[in-house]
Amino acid sequence: MAVTGILLVLFLVAHMLGNLKIFTGETAFDHYAHWLRDIGTPLLPSTWFLWIQRTVLLAAVLGHIGAATLLALRARAARPVRYAHRKKVNGSYAARTMRWGGVIILLFVIYHILDLTTGHLNPQGDPGNPYGNVVADFAPARWYVTLFYTLAIVALGLHLRHGAFSALRSLGQQTPAGERRARAAALVFAIVLCAGYLVVPFAVLTGLVA
Amino acid sequence: MNLTLRIWRQSGPEDKGRMVTYQVDGVSPDMSFLEMLDVLNERLILAGEEPVAFDHDCREGICGMCGLMINGDAHGPQRGTTACQLHMRQFSDGDTIDIEPWRARAFPVIKDLVVDRTAFDKIIAAGGYITAPTGSAPEAHSVPVAKADADAAFSSAACIGCGACVAACPNGSGMLFTAAKITQLSLLPQGQPERYTRVIGMVDAHDEAGFGGCTNAGECTAVCPKGIPLNTIGRLNRDYLRATAKRGGTPGS
Ligand code: HEM
Ligand code: SF4
Ligand code: FES
Repeated sequence: MAVTGILLVLFLVAHMLGNLKIFTGETAFDHYAHWLRDIGTPLLPSTWFLWIQRTVLLAAVLGHIGAATLLALRARAARPVRYAHRKKVNGSYAARTMRWGGVIILLFVIYHILDLTTGHLNPQGDPGNPYGNVVADFAPARWYVTLFYTLAIVALGLHLRHGAFSALRSLGQQTPAGERRARAAALVFAIVLCAGYLVVPFAVLTGLVA
Repeated sequence: MNLTLRIWRQSGPEDKGRMVTYQVDGVSPDMSFLEMLDVLNERLILAGEEPVAFDHDCREGICGMCGLMINGDAHGPQRGTTACQLHMRQFSDGDTIDIEPWRARAFPVIKDLVVDRTAFDKIIAAGGYITAPTGSAPEAHSVPVAKADADAAFSSAACIGCGACVAACPNGSGMLFTAAKITQLSLLPQGQPERYTRVIGMVDAHDEAGFGGCTNAGECTAVCPKGIPLNTIGRLNRDYLRATAKRGGTPGS
């Protein structure tokens, strides 16, 4: 859970930084998207690095979902008779929404790949012009896309708030002071990532990026 | 105070069980929660009915026998207290109180609110001990222990094995209990020889007993009557990672 999660978090950071290049203008962003296909050349043939990265990410996603499913099945088996009266949350809300939050994020990622990677669900869907695709995607008339996107990012933020802390704990974070630091770091990290991912659609929505 | 109680009644392990509603009146706010159940039971006995079975022993928060899910809260609404230390002044006249046993596959219901916590004994038997002969209390200065370690070990040793952590855990995991025992022993010099076999043995016994896996949700520490902190689980994880990395921890190798 922790190891695959950390791999995905590394991707999220890199992807967020890449997305923010949208503020540097159309040419720079499209150039960046094309460069993604050339990383590793001339050592590797073009797009090989991308495919290696995609393979690693897919393995991490499958590992992450596999471990989560195992934990959920164990949890279900560990309490065959449910409580008639159950206090909802004593600990952290984020921790209690990990499973459904994860499902929402997965649905979003599938939609998102069909939208911006393959272009099938994108109004423009031009593989040569990712900048145009993003702008067309979050156009004000398509507010529902932005809404769904925002919900998915908030779910991601909650997921990371608990996930980042929990990963550190699973890897042996063990002092009370360290726990306070780890929780604070996870919170700040989740907020920064949410903000970084949300500025792009809202910049398109408000016409800052056009 | 007049109260409506909805209590889980189950005549034995094979019975399906159900919530049954009782009225109790004349409850004093100074009574403990268990005394209130005693009052109910006396009336049930006088009426020729079967009294409600519940576990208890010391009634002062040190033995870990009592354990009730009270309105969905393990040990009731007051933090840092066992059910036996809970007073009726925490409730108001006219309240409805739901009382259920701990729910976990590893803690099967024996009768009504009494569950079988043998699974905890199995975890202890798998490593919750030291092999050094300790005899009577040794001279305190003969083995130096850093004050911070002594304090952390001591507060982990406060775990009374009540099982509230399991009852509250969304995963039905017993990791807080296991981690409290691991922390207590692996912080002290006397606990070092078995340090790495202990953690593997206890975690294996925990999983075999049918407890769920920990996701660091933190519900356990919120209800723990002894305030065992969640970071003990980090200590367990670290010992576990080390133990699996160095196979020297395997007996005979
Ligand atoms: C500001 C928000 C986002 C924007 C503008 C955005 C944009 C894009 C674009 C343009 C691509 C295609 C890249 C290419 O074809 O070269 C892409 C791919 C992808 N994005 Fe996002 N994205 C955002 C947020 C997210 C989030 C929050 C996640 C994860 C939860 C995510 C996961 C992915 C994945 C898995 C891919 C596919 C990577 C691949 O092509 O192998 N994205 N995104
Ligand atoms: S850790 Fe706390 S809640 Fe769990 S058994 Fe020990 S005293 Fe009870
Ligand atoms: S009866 Fe001993 S702790 Fe409650």
